[in-house]
Amino acid sequence: MTAQLPALQVIIPLLCAPFCVLLRSRTIAWLLFLAAAAGSLACAVVLAEQVSDGEVLSYSMGGWRAPYGIEYVISGFNTPVLLLVSTIAVIVAVYSRRSLAAEVDSKRIPLLYACFCLNLAGLLGIVATGDAFNAFVFLEIASLSSYALIAMGRRRRALLAAFQYLVVGSIGAIFILIGIGLAYGVTGTLNMADLAQRLPEIYGNRALSASVIFVFVGLAIKMAVFPLHSWLPDAYAEAPSAVSTFLAATSTKVAIYIFLRFAFTVFGATLVFGTLTLDRIGLLLACLAMVIGSGAACFQSDLKYLLAWSSVAQIGYIVAGFSLVTASGLEAAYLHVINHAVIKAALFGAAGLLLLRLGSVRLTDLAGFGRTMPWTFAAIVLAGLGLVGIPLTAGFVSKWALAMALIEDGQGLVLAVMLVSSLLALVYVGRVVEIGWFREPSPVIAASAVTATSATSRSSTAERLPRSMTVATWTLVLLSLYFGIDATLPATLAESAATALLGSGG
Amino acid sequence: MSGLSFQWTASENALALPVAVLLPLLGGCAVLLLRRNANVRDAASLVSGVATAAVVLALWPVVDDGVSFELWTWLPGLSLGFSLEPLGLLFATIAAVLWPVTTLYAIGYMRGTRAAHQTRFYFYFALAIGAALWIALSGNLITLFIGYEVLTLATWPLVTHQGGVAGRLGGRTYLVVLLATSIGLLLPAIVWTWILTGSTEFRAGGLLAGEAGPTVMTVLFALYLFGIGKAALMPFHRWLPAAMVAPTPVSALLHAVAVVKAGVFAILKVSLYVFGLDTLSADDIATPMMWVAAVTLLAAAVVAIRSDDLKRRLAYSTVSQLAYIVLAATLASPIAAEGGALHMVAHAAGKITLFFCAGAIYVASGKTRVSELDGMGRHMPWTFGAFMVATLSIVGLPPVVGMWSKLLLLQGTLDADQLLMTAVLLVGSVLALAYLMPIPVRAFFCPARAQAASGEAPRTMVLPLTMTALACVALFIGAEAVIEPFARTLELP
Repeated sequence: MTAQLPALQVIIPLLCAPFCVLLRSRTIAWLLFLAAAAGSLACAVVLAEQVSDGEVLSYSMGGWRAPYGIEYVISGFNTPVLLLVSTIAVIVAVYSRRSLAAEVDSKRIPLLYACFCLNLAGLLGIVATGDAFNAFVFLEIASLSSYALIAMGRRRRALLAAFQYLVVGSIGAIFILIGIGLAYGVTGTLNMADLAQRLPEIYGNRALSASVIFVFVGLAIKMAVFPLHSWLPDAYAEAPSAVSTFLAATSTKVAIYIFLRFAFTVFGATLVFGTLTLDRIGLLLACLAMVIGSGAACFQSDLKYLLAWSSVAQIGYIVAGFSLVTASGLEAAYLHVINHAVIKAALFGAAGLLLLRLGSVRLTDLAGFGRTMPWTFAAIVLAGLGLVGIPLTAGFVSKWALAMALIEDGQGLVLAVMLVSSLLALVYVGRVVEIGWFREPSPVIAASAVTATSATSRSSTAERLPRSMTVATWTLVLLSLYFGIDATLPATLAESAATALLGSGG
Repeated sequence: MSGLSFQWTASENALALPVAVLLPLLGGCAVLLLRRNANVRDAASLVSGVATAAVVLALWPVVDDGVSFELWTWLPGLSLGFSLEPLGLLFATIAAVLWPVTTLYAIGYMRGTRAAHQTRFYFYFALAIGAALWIALSGNLITLFIGYEVLTLATWPLVTHQGGVAGRLGGRTYLVVLLATSIGLLLPAIVWTWILTGSTEFRAGGLLAGEAGPTVMTVLFALYLFGIGKAALMPFHRWLPAAMVAPTPVSALLHAVAVVKAGVFAILKVSLYVFGLDTLSADDIATPMMWVAAVTLLAAAVVAIRSDDLKRRLAYSTVSQLAYIVLAATLASPIAAEGGALHMVAHAAGKITLFFCAGAIYVASGKTRVSELDGMGRHMPWTFGAFMVATLSIVGLPPVVGMWSKLLLLQGTLDADQLLMTAVLLVGSVLALAYLMPIPVRAFFCPARAQAASGEAPRTMVLPLTMTALACVALFIGAEAVIEPFARTLELP
């Protein structure tokens, strides 16, 4: 049984998807998604336990041995991402039931859960696979399902956002496919480990260089690295809250993981960062992303757009980390992958609570929400402090690690940019806090307070929000605080990931 | 048997460190729980204040034992912890002893002005004191940094307590300046130190001693001193006058004592235990920052003379007096460091009295401008008497404690061969005389312009300000005892 775990964790959600469609019941679909997520999490925990001593698990799909068959590889470099994706999936599953019921047409909910299952299977597949073409296939499964998920948003604009993402995402997918095809052309293999073995002989081959560029430009679109980020703000902001929460925490993170996997364990750091100087390009783009993303976030008039733009900036931190191509840089990147996922999911979760209660997350409508919804306000403040990087929050741990990596490498300028970006984060988080804390309640807030009082005849501070959603949001908030207070777990995971990536790169 | 009992007390003492930090937090929780009954709630505040002060005072006999307490490992290889040493205990004592006194005052003030959200006020007040004690007792830079940031955030709701546009703008300046300097300058400095030395522990003689060249050290020192924005070195002093929108008890305890003292305390701590005085005095590492401190000292005093708003004048006076302590650190002489530490105490007692007086005047008469205070001394003799005593202390005249600290500072400038700084200190004191002395003098001796207040402020306000004024005098006699444990660690001849 345990030998089958690498495949099982992908297959469970994949199999749940058709049942969601066939059974057509909202509750059963929800239960299936919850079960799929919990099953994947259980698999991920056991797998992480097995490889915690530095061992590498290899699994041959259908008994076909690598490099001919499809190989799944579980090692230090992907267990953190597996754990992250499946944990977030469980929390979002808990959160999603009431949130989706409020935002999405009830007939579509089983279909939506099918997409959720597919998306989860796709993301986990990308992470677990050791085969370049298989990674592409799962990338497409994840992308296609996410287009559908985003299109379920409550406003018509969601359709536009989904279509925009579809166009840009498909271009990315084609780039990746061309890149993998070229690599196959020059080596005759698709297995990642096999590719890594054969490639050094043909370093300098033009087709190989083209392959690298194609793969990485394609992945940069999926990662939303500035300036290829244009799809992200609309997609995250227009999607249903549960979808925003899930995608913001996982989809770009998985793209970042597969980027690192290709860079360090397939093409090799010497080719990618040495010959093709992607490290310098990465640092430049990271700096631009940090400043422009945070800057744009300061000028948003809608909370979900603000959070989405902040994601663009936070991806810049991660890119800056791994572009240093040092162990501490990679560690910082992994740490921020984990920490930012938790923080941003908490914030999107809280935004979903606001949306549920107020029907809008425009900042003007949020005026004074700190008085009527103190708990949601507190969640936004605590998670927001993480974005700024205040001590005792997870954001501070990543910032500390990244600052260390940057100083070690003598990148004073990038450090300065990172600090400027944190201060911009202070501005946009501060803006939300000020609006919630000082402004006189907006008509929307006042109305919602009145209905709350009349409906429950309790004090107007009673929030009357679904408990499942509040619990899920606060779990994420507390997790982000826990990772800030005791960073041992994420730091150990990140360290083993960095060692595994650098070690297998040779 | 005696050996056994010693073991027991040692662990007991180590436990007292986290207890001292936790007590205010527990007090804060009690305040929240008891919010329904205002009297009980305020009593809870007072009780936790007195208990905290007692715990901190009880630490004095064991100050030399090198007690420490490890909290938890934050990142692999980096742990948070407390450790006890005389300078930290001095700051902890200032914060812990003045807290119950201020609480007493705050009860009078908040009720006198019928302020809203009083529960919130006492809760964040307690949180801020907890953070100040955390800073005072922290055993390494990263622990100190955490407390420093928590203090900033915990005081923000207090600064903005009155709400409105003024509160919002003041709070914005406060938060942006303090967080920008700490994240932008202090954090890189700490990370850099960690990379250079592999540690963030405070170490006698200096953690960085011999670990880096003079250029790096000069840059690092500047990063630390500007990064610790709570010490209000120009050009990062703007938050302090901005914070004056807060209710007066907040200005009194936090912006004259806990917050700003956390700043200068951190600077003294960094100078002594991260750089080390010997390192600082070699190669002119501290000289550029010495000039920054000197300019701040004089410029802030000039601004203070020109401000008519009483709280603003006191705020700039604080900026100027803090620069004395920063200057003491940059002189890199043991005598100056001793003077700086004593001035921390002297200024705390003096400035809290002045702010108490400002609040008492406001509550009794509604007046906030210096030019309106003529002749009020006759109506409020206790308040203006206390004001007079505190003025003498800030200026540095006998028979109050400020005299000793200024004397030591002057001695320090001579010890460090910085005659120009001797002149700066003297001019600064003359300016202090010019911006503070006219207030009580005119209140007592000028004829009243209009019908002023009819009497003193409520007794809960007059009592604390009398106590702190008396403390200024008492410290004049007891200065030696207060500073002696710290002076011993400096190995003065």
